[in-house]
Amino acid sequence: MEAADAASLAVHTQDLAKRYGKTVALSGLTMSVRRAEVFGFLGPNGAGKTTAVKLLVGLALPTAGQGWVLGAPIGDLQTRRRLGYLPELFRYQGWMTAREVLGLHCKLSGMARSEWTKEIDLALDMVGLADRADDKVEGFSKGMQQRLGLGVALLGRPELVLLDEPTSALDPVGRHDVREIIRQLKARGTAVFLNSHLLTEVEQICDRLAVVDHGRVIATGTMSQILGQDGAVRVRVTGLPAGSRAALGEFGTLEAEGEWLTFRGLNPDRVPQLVSEIVRQGGRVYAVEPRHETLEDRFLQLLKEQEQ
Amino acid sequence: MTQVLTIARLTILEASRRKLLLALGILTIVVIVLTSWGFSRLPTMNNVTPAEVRLAASQLTILMAFMFSGVLALGSTLVAAPSIASDIESGIALAILPRPIRRSQLLMGKWLGLALLVTLYAAGSGLLELLGIWLGTNYLPPNPVASIAFVAAEGIILMTLALLLSTRLAPMTGGVIALVLFFVAWIGGIALAIGITFDNETIKNIGIGSRLLIPTDGLWHGAIFYLEPSEVLAAARIAGRARAGNPFFADAPLPGIYLAWVVGWLVAIVGLANWSFAKRDL
Ligand SMILES: Nc1ncnc2c1ncn2[C@@H]1O[C@H](COP(=O)(O)OP(=O)(O)O)[C@@H](O)[C@H]1O
Ligand SMILES: [Mg+2]
Repeated sequence: MEAADAASLAVHTQDLAKRYGKTVALSGLTMSVRRAEVFGFLGPNGAGKTTAVKLLVGLALPTAGQGWVLGAPIGDLQTRRRLGYLPELFRYQGWMTAREVLGLHCKLSGMARSEWTKEIDLALDMVGLADRADDKVEGFSKGMQQRLGLGVALLGRPELVLLDEPTSALDPVGRHDVREIIRQLKARGTAVFLNSHLLTEVEQICDRLAVVDHGRVIATGTMSQILGQDGAVRVRVTGLPAGSRAALGEFGTLEAEGEWLTFRGLNPDRVPQLVSEIVRQGGRVYAVEPRHETLEDRFLQLLKEQEQ
Repeated sequence: MTQVLTIARLTILEASRRKLLLALGILTIVVIVLTSWGFSRLPTMNNVTPAEVRLAASQLTILMAFMFSGVLALGSTLVAAPSIASDIESGIALAILPRPIRRSQLLMGKWLGLALLVTLYAAGSGLLELLGIWLGTNYLPPNPVASIAFVAAEGIILMTLALLLSTRLAPMTGGVIALVLFFVAWIGGIALAIGITFDNETIKNIGIGSRLLIPTDGLWHGAIFYLEPSEVLAAARIAGRARAGNPFFADAPLPGIYLAWVVGWLVAIVGLANWSFAKRDL
Protein backbone atom coordinates (compact mmCIF):
# COMPACT_ATOMS: atom_id res chain seq x y z
CA MET A 1 0.00 0.00 0.00
CA GLU A 2 1.24 3.47 -0.82
CA ALA A 3 1.51 6.40 1.55
CA ALA A 4 -1.44 8.09 -0.15
CA ASP A 5 -3.77 5.22 0.73
CA ALA A 6 -2.48 5.29 4.26
CA ALA A 7 -4.04 8.76 4.68
CA SER A 8 -7.52 7.32 4.98
CA LEU A 9 -6.41 4.94 7.70
CA ALA A 10 -5.74 5.61 11.36
CA VAL A 11 -2.72 3.31 11.37
CA HIS A 12 -0.97 1.45 8.62
CA THR A 13 2.27 -0.48 8.90
CA GLN A 14 4.33 -2.33 6.35
CA ASP A 15 6.79 -4.96 7.59
CA LEU A 16 7.48 -2.88 10.67
CA ALA A 17 10.15 -4.59 12.73
CA LYS A 18 12.11 -3.99 15.90
CA ARG A 19 15.09 -5.84 17.31
CA TYR A 20 16.75 -5.19 20.64
CA GLY A 21 20.17 -6.73 20.19
CA LYS A 22 19.37 -10.37 19.55
CA THR A 23 15.78 -10.20 20.78
CA VAL A 24 13.27 -9.84 18.00
CA ALA A 25 10.56 -7.81 19.71
CA LEU A 26 8.48 -7.35 16.57
CA SER A 27 9.05 -9.04 13.22
CA GLY A 28 7.45 -7.67 10.10
CA LEU A 29 4.17 -6.23 11.33
CA THR A 30 1.80 -5.41 8.48
CA MET A 31 -1.65 -4.21 9.45
CA SER A 32 -4.18 -1.42 9.15
CA VAL A 33 -6.51 0.23 11.60
CA ARG A 34 -9.42 2.13 10.07
CA ARG A 35 -10.69 5.44 11.29
CA ALA A 36 -13.27 5.26 14.07
CA GLU A 37 -12.78 1.59 14.73
CA VAL A 38 -11.73 -0.16 17.89
CA PHE A 39 -8.80 -2.38 17.04
CA GLY A 40 -7.61 -4.98 19.50
CA PHE A 41 -3.96 -6.03 19.58
CA LEU A 42 -4.03 -9.24 21.50
CA GLY A 43 -1.20 -11.42 22.64
CA PRO A 44 0.48 -13.07 25.61
CA ASN A 45 3.11 -11.23 27.68
CA GLY A 46 6.25 -10.50 25.69
CA ALA A 47 4.47 -10.86 22.34
CA GLY A 48 5.58 -7.41 21.17
CA LYS A 49 2.43 -5.36 21.80
CA THR A 50 4.12 -2.58 23.76
CA THR A 51 6.95 -2.48 21.24
CA ALA A 52 4.45 -2.00 18.40
CA VAL A 53 2.77 0.94 20.13
CA LYS A 54 6.11 2.53 21.05
CA LEU A 55 7.13 2.37 17.41
CA LEU A 56 3.84 3.98 16.38
CA VAL A 57 4.23 6.93 18.77
CA GLY A 58 7.94 7.37 18.04
CA LEU A 59 9.33 6.30 21.41
CA ALA A 60 11.41 3.57 19.78
CA LEU A 61 12.98 3.57 16.34
CA PRO A 62 12.10 0.72 13.96
CA THR A 63 14.94 -1.46 12.69
CA ALA A 64 13.05 -2.16 9.45
CA GLY A 65 9.80 -1.39 7.69
CA GLN A 66 7.55 1.63 7.58
CA GLY A 67 4.46 2.93 9.29
CA TRP A 68 1.95 5.72 8.95
CA VAL A 69 -0.21 7.20 11.66
CA LEU A 70 -3.19 9.34 10.57
CA GLY A 71 -1.62 9.53 7.14
CA ALA A 72 1.80 10.81 8.23
CA PRO A 73 4.99 8.78 8.63
CA ILE A 74 5.46 7.60 12.23
CA GLY A 75 7.16 10.13 14.47
CA ASP A 76 5.79 13.16 12.59
CA LEU A 77 5.69 16.06 15.04
CA GLN A 78 2.53 17.83 13.89
CA THR A 79 0.48 14.63 13.73
CA ARG A 80 1.15 14.02 17.40
CA ARG A 81 -1.33 16.78 18.21
CA ARG A 82 -4.06 14.42 17.04
CA LEU A 83 -2.87 11.43 19.05
CA GLY A 84 -3.58 10.24 22.55
CA TYR A 85 -1.37 7.65 24.22
CA LEU A 86 -1.55 5.77 27.48
CA PRO A 87 1.77 4.03 28.20
CA GLU A 88 1.83 0.62 29.86
CA LEU A 89 4.22 1.47 32.68
CA PHE A 90 4.20 5.09 33.65
CA ARG A 91 3.95 7.57 36.45
CA TYR A 92 3.12 11.22 36.35
CA GLN A 93 4.91 13.96 38.25
CA GLY A 94 3.95 13.14 41.84
CA TRP A 95 4.52 16.71 42.95
CA MET A 96 1.80 18.00 40.63
CA THR A 97 -1.96 17.84 41.00
CA ALA A 98 -4.04 15.90 38.50
CA ARG A 99 -5.26 19.18 37.02
CA GLU A 100 -1.69 20.45 36.64
CA VAL A 101 -0.59 17.27 34.88
CA LEU A 102 -3.46 17.67 32.44
CA GLY A 103 -2.59 21.36 32.03
CA LEU A 104 1.00 20.47 31.18
CA HIS A 105 -0.19 18.11 28.47
CA CYS A 106 -2.59 20.73 27.09
CA LYS A 107 0.32 23.11 26.88
CA LEU A 108 2.70 20.61 25.29
CA SER A 109 0.13 19.68 22.67
CA GLY A 110 -0.22 23.33 21.74
CA MET A 111 -3.89 23.71 22.67
CA ALA A 112 -5.21 27.27 22.91
CA ARG A 113 -5.21 28.35 26.56
CA SER A 114 -8.88 29.32 26.43
CA GLU A 115 -9.76 25.67 25.81
CA TRP A 116 -7.80 24.19 28.69
CA THR A 117 -10.35 24.42 31.47
CA LYS A 118 -13.11 22.94 29.35
CA GLU A 119 -10.94 20.14 28.01
CA ILE A 120 -9.45 19.30 31.41
CA ASP A 121 -12.85 19.19 33.09
CA LEU A 122 -14.18 17.01 30.30
CA ALA A 123 -11.27 14.56 30.64
CA LEU A 124 -11.53 14.48 34.45
CA ASP A 125 -15.24 13.82 34.19
CA MET A 126 -14.84 11.05 31.67
CA VAL A 127 -12.35 9.12 33.80
CA GLY A 128 -14.15 9.84 37.06
CA LEU A 129 -11.41 11.90 38.75
CA ALA A 130 -13.32 15.19 39.02
CA ASP A 131 -13.38 15.09 42.82
CA ARG A 132 -9.61 14.42 43.07
CA ALA A 133 -8.57 16.98 40.48
CA ASP A 134 -6.70 19.18 42.92
CA ASP A 135 -4.93 16.43 44.85
CA LYS A 136 -1.27 15.67 44.38
CA VAL A 137 -0.67 12.71 42.10
CA GLU A 138 1.80 11.10 44.54
CA GLY A 139 -1.19 10.25 46.76
CA PHE A 140 -2.99 8.40 43.96
CA SER A 141 -3.46 4.62 43.94
CA LYS A 142 -2.25 2.71 40.88
CA GLY A 143 -5.82 2.54 39.60
CA MET A 144 -6.29 6.29 39.97
CA GLN A 145 -3.00 6.91 38.20
CA GLN A 146 -4.26 4.75 35.37
CA ARG A 147 -7.46 6.79 35.22
CA LEU A 148 -5.37 9.94 35.11
CA GLY A 149 -3.26 8.42 32.32
CA LEU A 150 -6.42 7.69 30.41
CA GLY A 151 -7.57 11.28 30.97
CA VAL A 152 -4.24 12.54 29.58
CA ALA A 153 -4.71 10.32 26.51
CA LEU A 154 -8.21 11.74 25.90
CA LEU A 155 -7.22 15.42 26.09
CA GLY A 156 -7.92 17.55 23.06
CA ARG A 157 -10.20 15.02 21.33
CA PRO A 158 -7.55 13.04 19.50
CA GLU A 159 -8.39 11.21 16.28
CA LEU A 160 -6.50 8.14 17.40
CA VAL A 161 -6.01 6.88 20.93
CA LEU A 162 -3.44 4.18 21.67
CA LEU A 163 -4.04 2.40 24.96
CA ASP A 164 -1.43 -0.02 26.26
CA GLU A 165 -3.11 -2.37 28.74
CA PRO A 166 -5.41 0.36 30.06
CA THR A 167 -7.13 -1.83 32.64
CA SER A 168 -4.15 -3.63 34.15
CA ALA A 169 -4.45 -1.85 37.51
CA LEU A 170 -8.21 -1.43 37.59
CA ASP A 171 -10.91 -3.22 39.58
CA PRO A 172 -13.97 -4.65 37.79
CA VAL A 173 -15.81 -1.32 38.08
CA GLY A 174 -12.83 0.46 36.59
CA ARG A 175 -12.65 -2.05 33.75
CA HIS A 176 -16.29 -1.51 33.01
CA ASP A 177 -15.72 2.26 33.01
CA VAL A 178 -12.86 1.90 30.54
CA ARG A 179 -15.06 -0.12 28.20
CA GLU A 180 -17.66 2.63 28.41
CA ILE A 181 -15.04 5.27 27.62
CA ILE A 182 -13.84 3.30 24.61
CA ARG A 183 -17.43 3.01 23.36
CA GLN A 184 -17.87 6.77 23.74
CA LEU A 185 -14.64 7.37 21.84
CA LYS A 186 -15.81 5.17 19.02
CA ALA A 187 -19.19 6.93 18.98
CA ARG A 188 -17.49 10.29 18.44
CA GLY A 189 -15.38 8.90 15.61
CA THR A 190 -12.09 8.27 17.39
CA ALA A 191 -10.04 5.26 16.37
CA VAL A 192 -8.82 3.19 19.32
CA PHE A 193 -5.80 0.91 19.26
CA LEU A 194 -6.12 -1.32 22.29
CA ASN A 195 -3.25 -3.47 23.52
CA SER A 196 -4.39 -6.22 25.79
CA HIS A 197 -3.75 -9.70 27.02
CA LEU A 198 -7.29 -9.81 28.43
CA LEU A 199 -9.43 -11.75 26.02
CA THR A 200 -12.76 -10.76 27.51
CA GLU A 201 -11.88 -7.11 27.16
CA VAL A 202 -11.04 -7.44 23.50
CA GLU A 203 -13.99 -9.72 22.86
CA GLN A 204 -16.45 -7.20 24.27
CA ILE A 205 -15.39 -4.01 22.54
CA CYS A 206 -13.19 -4.58 19.53
CA ASP A 207 -14.44 -4.37 15.96
CA ARG A 208 -11.37 -6.07 14.62
CA LEU A 209 -8.31 -7.58 16.14
CA ALA A 210 -4.89 -9.00 15.48
CA VAL A 211 -3.46 -11.84 17.52
CA VAL A 212 0.29 -11.55 18.03
CA ASP A 213 2.81 -13.96 19.43
CA HIS A 214 6.59 -13.84 19.46
CA GLY A 215 6.60 -10.63 17.48
CA ARG A 216 4.44 -11.81 14.60
CA VAL A 217 0.75 -11.56 13.79
CA ILE A 218 -0.75 -15.04 13.70
CA ALA A 219 -4.34 -14.08 12.92
CA THR A 220 -6.15 -10.92 11.99
CA GLY A 221 -9.71 -9.94 11.10
CA THR A 222 -13.10 -9.41 12.68
CA MET A 223 -14.08 -11.48 15.68
CA SER A 224 -16.16 -13.89 13.58
CA GLN A 225 -13.40 -14.23 10.99
CA ILE A 226 -10.97 -15.21 13.68
CA LEU A 227 -13.36 -17.52 15.47
CA GLY A 228 -14.44 -19.17 12.23
CA GLN A 229 -17.99 -20.22 11.30
CA ASP A 230 -17.98 -23.67 12.82
CA GLY A 231 -18.98 -24.01 16.38
CA ALA A 232 -18.86 -26.88 18.78
CA VAL A 233 -21.49 -29.06 20.45
CA ARG A 234 -21.39 -30.67 23.84
CA VAL A 235 -23.51 -33.76 24.32
CA ARG A 236 -24.11 -35.68 27.57
CA VAL A 237 -24.43 -39.34 26.70
CA THR A 238 -24.51 -42.62 28.60
CA GLY A 239 -24.63 -46.21 27.41
CA LEU A 240 -22.62 -45.70 24.26
CA PRO A 241 -20.90 -49.03 23.49
CA ALA A 242 -17.12 -48.97 23.38
CA GLY A 243 -15.85 -48.72 19.82
CA SER A 244 -18.84 -46.78 18.56
CA ARG A 245 -17.04 -43.48 19.16
CA ALA A 246 -14.84 -43.97 16.14
CA ALA A 247 -17.91 -43.87 13.94
CA LEU A 248 -18.88 -40.50 15.41
CA GLY A 249 -15.53 -39.05 14.41
CA GLU A 250 -16.90 -37.88 11.07
CA PHE A 251 -18.97 -35.21 12.91
CA GLY A 252 -15.91 -33.36 14.13
CA THR A 253 -12.93 -33.65 16.43
CA LEU A 254 -14.13 -35.52 19.44
CA GLU A 255 -13.13 -34.88 23.02
CA ALA A 256 -14.53 -36.90 25.91
CA GLU A 257 -14.76 -35.74 29.50
CA GLY A 258 -16.69 -38.35 31.51
CA GLU A 259 -20.23 -38.36 30.17
CA TRP A 260 -19.69 -35.21 28.14
CA LEU A 261 -18.57 -35.45 24.55
CA THR A 262 -17.47 -32.34 22.70
CA PHE A 263 -17.56 -32.19 18.92
CA ARG A 264 -15.53 -29.35 17.46
CA GLY A 265 -15.74 -27.96 13.97
CA LEU A 266 -19.30 -29.15 13.52
CA ASN A 267 -21.71 -27.36 11.25
CA PRO A 268 -24.74 -26.49 13.42
CA ASP A 269 -27.09 -27.88 10.72
CA ARG A 270 -25.81 -31.35 11.40
CA VAL A 271 -26.67 -31.43 15.12
CA PRO A 272 -29.96 -33.40 14.69
CA GLN A 273 -28.13 -35.90 12.52
CA LEU A 274 -25.45 -36.31 15.21
CA VAL A 275 -28.07 -36.96 17.89
CA SER A 276 -29.91 -39.60 15.87
CA GLU A 277 -26.62 -41.33 15.08
CA ILE A 278 -25.77 -41.48 18.80
CA VAL A 279 -29.20 -42.90 19.56
CA ARG A 280 -28.85 -45.42 16.72
CA GLN A 281 -25.60 -46.61 18.30
CA GLY A 282 -27.47 -47.23 21.55
CA GLY A 283 -26.49 -44.10 23.45
CA ARG A 284 -28.89 -42.25 25.78
CA VAL A 285 -28.80 -38.48 25.26
CA TYR A 286 -29.44 -36.26 28.33
CA ALA A 287 -28.33 -32.88 27.05
CA VAL A 288 -27.21 -31.15 23.86
CA GLU A 289 -25.43 -27.80 24.21
CA PRO A 290 -24.35 -25.94 21.13
CA ARG A 291 -21.31 -23.94 22.08
CA HIS A 292 -19.86 -20.95 20.37
CA GLU A 293 -16.14 -21.05 20.32
CA THR A 294 -14.83 -18.32 22.61
CA LEU A 295 -11.92 -16.12 21.76
CA GLU A 296 -10.03 -17.83 24.53
CA ASP A 297 -10.46 -21.25 22.87
CA ARG A 298 -9.34 -19.85 19.57
CA PHE A 299 -6.50 -17.89 21.09
CA LEU A 300 -5.06 -20.90 22.88
CA GLN A 301 -5.52 -22.98 19.75
CA LEU A 302 -3.72 -20.38 17.63
CA LEU A 303 -0.84 -20.24 20.06
CA LYS A 304 -0.62 -24.04 20.04
CA GLU A 305 -0.66 -24.20 16.25
CA GLN A 306 2.05 -21.58 16.21
CA GLU A 307 4.33 -23.66 18.37
CA GLN A 308 4.07 -26.71 16.12
CA MET B 1 11.09 27.59 21.71
CA THR B 2 7.82 27.56 23.70
CA GLN B 3 8.30 23.84 24.34
CA VAL B 4 11.84 24.46 25.63
CA LEU B 5 10.58 27.19 27.96
CA THR B 6 7.72 24.97 29.17
CA ILE B 7 10.19 22.27 30.18
CA ALA B 8 12.60 24.81 31.72
CA ARG B 9 9.77 26.20 33.81
CA LEU B 10 8.74 22.69 34.79
CA THR B 11 12.30 21.89 35.90
CA ILE B 12 12.50 24.98 38.10
CA LEU B 13 9.00 24.39 39.45
CA GLU B 14 9.96 20.84 40.40
CA ALA B 15 13.06 22.03 42.26
CA SER B 16 10.92 24.51 44.12
CA ARG B 17 7.98 22.16 44.87
CA ARG B 18 10.30 19.47 46.10
CA LYS B 19 11.66 22.02 48.58
CA LEU B 20 15.15 21.90 47.07
CA LEU B 21 15.32 25.68 46.71
CA LEU B 22 13.98 26.23 50.22
CA ALA B 23 16.41 23.80 51.88
CA LEU B 24 19.39 25.12 49.95
CA GLY B 25 18.38 28.72 50.60
CA ILE B 26 18.04 28.28 54.36
CA LEU B 27 21.32 26.37 54.70
CA THR B 28 23.16 28.92 52.59
CA ILE B 29 21.88 31.83 54.64
CA VAL B 30 22.90 30.09 57.88
CA VAL B 31 26.41 29.54 56.47
CA ILE B 32 26.66 33.14 55.28
CA VAL B 33 25.54 34.57 58.62
CA LEU B 34 28.00 32.39 60.57
CA THR B 35 30.98 33.06 58.30
CA SER B 36 30.24 36.80 58.15
CA TRP B 37 30.30 36.85 61.93
CA GLY B 38 33.65 35.03 61.79
CA PHE B 39 35.02 37.58 59.31
CA SER B 40 33.84 40.44 61.53
CA ARG B 41 36.07 39.07 64.32
CA LEU B 42 39.24 39.46 62.19
CA PRO B 43 39.76 43.23 62.78
CA THR B 44 39.15 42.83 66.52
CA MET B 45 42.10 40.48 67.12
CA ASN B 46 45.08 41.63 69.19
CA ASN B 47 47.70 43.83 67.47
CA VAL B 48 46.38 43.14 64.01
CA THR B 49 47.17 45.68 61.28
CA PRO B 50 44.69 46.63 58.54
CA ALA B 51 47.04 45.13 55.94
CA GLU B 52 47.04 41.80 57.77
CA VAL B 53 43.23 41.83 57.99
CA ARG B 54 43.07 42.47 54.27
CA LEU B 55 45.46 39.60 53.49
CA ALA B 56 43.66 37.17 55.77
CA ALA B 57 40.27 38.24 54.45
CA SER B 58 41.37 37.76 50.84
CA GLN B 59 42.67 34.23 51.50
CA LEU B 60 39.58 33.28 53.49
CA THR B 61 37.36 34.67 50.74
CA ILE B 62 39.02 32.29 48.29
CA LEU B 63 38.32 29.41 50.66
CA MET B 64 34.69 30.49 50.93
CA ALA B 65 34.47 30.61 47.14
CA PHE B 66 35.95 27.13 47.07
CA MET B 67 33.29 25.87 49.45
CA PHE B 68 30.46 27.43 47.45
CA SER B 69 31.84 26.17 44.15
CA GLY B 70 32.06 22.70 45.71
CA VAL B 71 28.45 22.88 46.89
CA LEU B 72 27.43 24.06 43.45
CA ALA B 73 29.36 21.30 41.70
CA LEU B 74 27.99 18.52 43.92
CA GLY B 75 24.51 20.01 43.90
CA SER B 76 24.26 20.47 40.16
CA THR B 77 25.55 16.93 39.61
CA LEU B 78 23.00 15.48 42.01
CA VAL B 79 20.18 17.36 40.31
CA ALA B 80 21.31 16.85 36.71
CA ALA B 81 22.32 13.18 36.86
CA PRO B 82 18.75 11.93 37.43
CA SER B 83 16.99 14.57 35.34
CA ILE B 84 16.61 12.57 32.13
CA ALA B 85 17.38 9.11 33.50
CA SER B 86 14.72 9.08 36.19
CA ASP B 87 12.10 10.52 33.84
CA ILE B 88 12.78 7.55 31.61
CA GLU B 89 12.79 5.07 34.49
CA SER B 90 9.56 6.37 35.95
CA GLY B 91 7.83 6.62 32.61
CA ILE B 92 7.20 10.37 32.82
CA ALA B 93 9.12 10.73 29.56
CA LEU B 94 6.93 8.07 27.92
CA ALA B 95 3.87 10.23 28.45
CA ILE B 96 5.50 13.53 27.47
CA LEU B 97 7.51 12.62 24.37
CA PRO B 98 4.59 11.45 22.19
CA ARG B 99 3.33 15.05 22.42
CA PRO B 100 4.48 17.41 19.67
CA ILE B 101 7.83 18.00 21.38
CA ARG B 102 11.23 16.97 20.06
CA ARG B 103 13.60 15.12 22.31
CA SER B 104 16.10 17.93 21.83
CA GLN B 105 13.49 20.40 23.10
CA LEU B 106 12.95 18.34 26.23
CA LEU B 107 16.69 18.09 26.81
CA MET B 108 17.39 21.77 26.14
CA GLY B 109 14.50 22.74 28.40
CA LYS B 110 16.04 20.74 31.22
CA TRP B 111 19.44 22.23 30.48
CA LEU B 112 18.10 25.77 30.47
CA GLY B 113 16.17 25.27 33.72
CA LEU B 114 19.19 23.76 35.46
CA ALA B 115 21.54 26.43 34.09
CA LEU B 116 19.24 29.13 35.45
CA LEU B 117 19.17 27.43 38.86
CA VAL B 118 22.97 27.15 38.93
CA THR B 119 23.42 30.79 37.93
CA LEU B 120 20.82 31.94 40.40
CA TYR B 121 22.47 30.06 43.24
CA ALA B 122 26.00 31.18 42.33
CA ALA B 123 24.94 34.82 42.08
CA GLY B 124 22.75 34.83 45.18
CA SER B 125 25.12 33.00 47.50
CA GLY B 126 28.23 34.75 46.12
CA LEU B 127 26.89 38.29 46.40
CA LEU B 128 25.46 37.72 49.88
CA GLU B 129 28.67 36.16 51.16
CA LEU B 130 30.79 39.00 49.74
CA LEU B 131 28.39 41.50 51.27
CA GLY B 132 28.83 39.79 54.65
CA ILE B 133 32.61 39.83 54.30
CA TRP B 134 32.60 43.47 53.28
CA LEU B 135 30.43 44.43 56.25
CA GLY B 136 32.70 42.46 58.61
CA THR B 137 36.13 43.48 57.33
CA ASN B 138 35.65 46.25 54.77
CA TYR B 139 37.38 43.95 52.22
CA LEU B 140 36.11 43.52 48.67
CA PRO B 141 37.89 41.30 46.11
CA PRO B 142 39.05 43.08 42.93
CA ASN B 143 36.41 41.62 40.59
CA PRO B 144 33.55 39.89 42.40
CA VAL B 145 31.26 39.65 39.36
CA ALA B 146 33.86 37.95 37.19
CA SER B 147 34.73 35.41 39.86
CA ILE B 148 31.05 34.60 40.50
CA ALA B 149 30.59 34.17 36.77
CA PHE B 150 33.44 31.64 36.67
CA VAL B 151 32.02 29.72 39.63
CA ALA B 152 28.64 29.60 37.86
CA ALA B 153 30.33 28.47 34.64
CA GLU B 154 32.07 25.66 36.54
CA GLY B 155 28.68 24.50 37.85
CA ILE B 156 27.14 24.67 34.37
CA ILE B 157 30.00 22.64 32.90
CA LEU B 158 29.56 19.87 35.44
CA MET B 159 25.77 19.98 35.15
CA THR B 160 26.02 19.60 31.37
CA LEU B 161 28.35 16.64 31.74
CA ALA B 162 25.95 14.97 34.20
CA LEU B 163 23.06 15.66 31.81
CA LEU B 164 24.92 13.93 28.98
CA LEU B 165 25.52 10.87 31.18
CA SER B 166 21.86 11.02 32.23
CA THR B 167 20.70 10.31 28.68
CA ARG B 168 22.18 6.81 28.86
CA LEU B 169 23.10 5.85 32.42
CA ALA B 170 21.17 5.25 35.60
CA PRO B 171 21.00 8.33 37.86
CA MET B 172 23.43 6.96 40.43
CA THR B 173 25.98 5.81 37.86
CA GLY B 174 25.97 9.06 35.94
CA GLY B 175 26.25 11.10 39.13
CA VAL B 176 29.18 9.09 40.46
CA ILE B 177 31.05 9.29 37.16
CA ALA B 178 30.58 13.07 36.90
CA LEU B 179 31.83 13.57 40.46
CA VAL B 180 34.86 11.34 39.99
CA LEU B 181 35.77 13.31 36.85
CA PHE B 182 35.34 16.55 38.81
CA PHE B 183 37.82 15.45 41.49
CA VAL B 184 40.24 14.01 38.95
CA ALA B 185 40.23 17.38 37.18
CA TRP B 186 41.00 19.08 40.49
CA ILE B 187 44.02 16.86 41.04
CA GLY B 188 44.97 17.43 37.40
CA GLY B 189 45.05 21.16 38.13
CA ILE B 190 47.46 20.58 41.01
CA ALA B 191 49.64 18.43 38.74
CA LEU B 192 49.70 21.25 36.21
CA ALA B 193 50.90 23.79 38.81
CA ILE B 194 53.64 21.41 39.97
CA GLY B 195 54.65 20.61 36.40
CA ILE B 196 54.96 24.31 35.56
CA THR B 197 56.91 25.20 38.69
CA PHE B 198 59.43 22.36 38.35
CA ASP B 199 59.41 22.52 34.59
CA ASN B 200 58.48 18.88 34.09
CA GLU B 201 57.02 18.39 30.61
CA THR B 202 55.24 15.09 31.30
CA ILE B 203 53.44 16.29 34.39
CA LYS B 204 52.63 19.57 32.70
CA ASN B 205 51.07 17.76 29.73
CA ILE B 206 49.00 15.55 31.99
CA GLY B 207 47.77 18.66 33.77
CA ILE B 208 46.97 20.47 30.52
CA GLY B 209 45.20 17.38 29.18
CA SER B 210 43.00 17.13 32.23
CA ARG B 211 42.22 20.84 32.10
CA LEU B 212 41.15 20.51 28.46
CA LEU B 213 39.11 17.35 28.92
CA ILE B 214 37.24 18.49 32.05
CA PRO B 215 37.41 22.28 32.27
CA THR B 216 35.99 22.58 35.80
CA ASP B 217 39.33 23.15 37.51
CA GLY B 218 40.42 25.54 34.80
CA LEU B 219 37.35 27.68 35.44
CA TRP B 220 37.93 27.46 39.17
CA HIS B 221 41.36 29.01 38.61
CA GLY B 222 39.66 31.70 36.55
CA ALA B 223 37.49 32.45 39.56
CA ILE B 224 40.46 32.52 41.96
CA PHE B 225 42.34 35.06 39.89
CA TYR B 226 39.61 37.67 40.26
CA LEU B 227 39.57 37.16 44.03
CA GLU B 228 43.27 37.99 44.48
CA PRO B 229 44.22 41.59 45.42
CA SER B 230 47.32 42.91 43.65
CA GLU B 231 49.54 42.72 46.77
CA VAL B 232 48.79 38.99 47.11
CA LEU B 233 49.76 38.41 43.49
CA ALA B 234 52.97 40.40 43.91
CA ALA B 235 53.94 38.56 47.11
CA ALA B 236 53.25 35.17 45.50
CA ARG B 237 55.44 36.01 42.50
CA ILE B 238 58.31 36.77 44.81
CA ALA B 239 57.74 33.50 46.66
CA GLY B 240 58.42 31.63 43.41
CA ARG B 241 58.49 27.86 43.83
CA ALA B 242 56.88 28.00 47.23
CA ARG B 243 53.52 28.56 45.67
CA ALA B 244 53.75 25.39 43.62
CA GLY B 245 50.79 23.11 43.86
CA ASN B 246 48.69 25.50 45.88
CA PRO B 247 45.23 24.78 44.47
CA PHE B 248 43.97 28.09 45.83
CA PHE B 249 46.27 30.27 43.76
CA ALA B 250 46.22 31.52 40.18
CA ASP B 251 48.89 33.83 38.85
CA ALA B 252 47.20 34.91 35.62
CA PRO B 253 43.70 35.26 34.19
CA LEU B 254 42.54 32.48 31.87
CA PRO B 255 43.75 33.07 28.31
CA GLY B 256 41.04 33.93 25.77
CA ILE B 257 41.86 30.82 23.77
CA TYR B 258 41.06 28.67 26.79
CA LEU B 259 37.72 30.42 27.26
CA ALA B 260 36.97 29.73 23.60
CA TRP B 261 37.88 26.08 24.19
CA VAL B 262 35.46 25.91 27.13
CA VAL B 263 32.64 27.34 25.03
CA GLY B 264 33.42 24.83 22.29
CA TRP B 265 33.53 22.03 24.86
CA LEU B 266 30.13 23.04 26.18
CA VAL B 267 28.59 23.16 22.71
CA ALA B 268 30.08 19.76 21.87
CA ILE B 269 28.79 18.10 25.06
CA VAL B 270 25.32 19.59 24.57
CA GLY B 271 25.35 18.33 20.98
CA LEU B 272 26.50 14.88 22.08
CA ALA B 273 23.76 14.75 24.72
CA ASN B 274 21.11 15.62 22.13
CA TRP B 275 22.42 12.99 19.76
CA SER B 276 22.61 10.35 22.47
CA PHE B 277 19.08 11.05 23.68
CA ALA B 278 17.63 11.16 20.16
CA LYS B 279 19.06 7.73 19.32
CA ARG B 280 17.84 6.04 22.47
CA ASP B 281 14.90 3.61 22.53
CA LEU B 282 12.58 4.38 25.39
N1 LIG C 1 14.04 -1.95 25.79
C1 LIG C 1 14.13 -3.26 25.55
N2 LIG C 1 15.34 -3.86 25.52
C2 LIG C 1 15.45 -5.18 25.26
N3 LIG C 1 14.41 -6.01 25.02
C3 LIG C 1 13.18 -5.48 25.04
C4 LIG C 1 12.97 -4.08 25.30
N4 LIG C 1 11.65 -3.83 25.25
C5 LIG C 1 11.06 -5.02 24.96
N5 LIG C 1 11.98 -6.01 24.83
C6 LIG C 1 11.69 -7.42 24.49
O1 LIG C 1 10.85 -7.44 23.38
C7 LIG C 1 9.86 -8.43 23.51
C8 LIG C 1 8.48 -7.83 23.38
O2 LIG C 1 8.21 -7.02 24.51
P1 LIG C 1 6.90 -6.16 24.68
O3 LIG C 1 6.66 -5.41 23.42
O4 LIG C 1 7.03 -5.36 25.91
O5 LIG C 1 5.78 -7.26 24.87
P2 LIG C 1 4.27 -7.14 25.36
O6 LIG C 1 3.93 -5.70 25.50
O7 LIG C 1 3.48 -7.83 24.32
O8 LIG C 1 4.17 -7.86 26.66
C9 LIG C 1 10.11 -9.11 24.85
O9 LIG C 1 10.85 -10.29 24.61
C10 LIG C 1 10.93 -8.11 25.59
O10 LIG C 1 11.78 -8.75 26.51
MG1 LIG D 1 3.24 -4.75 27.09
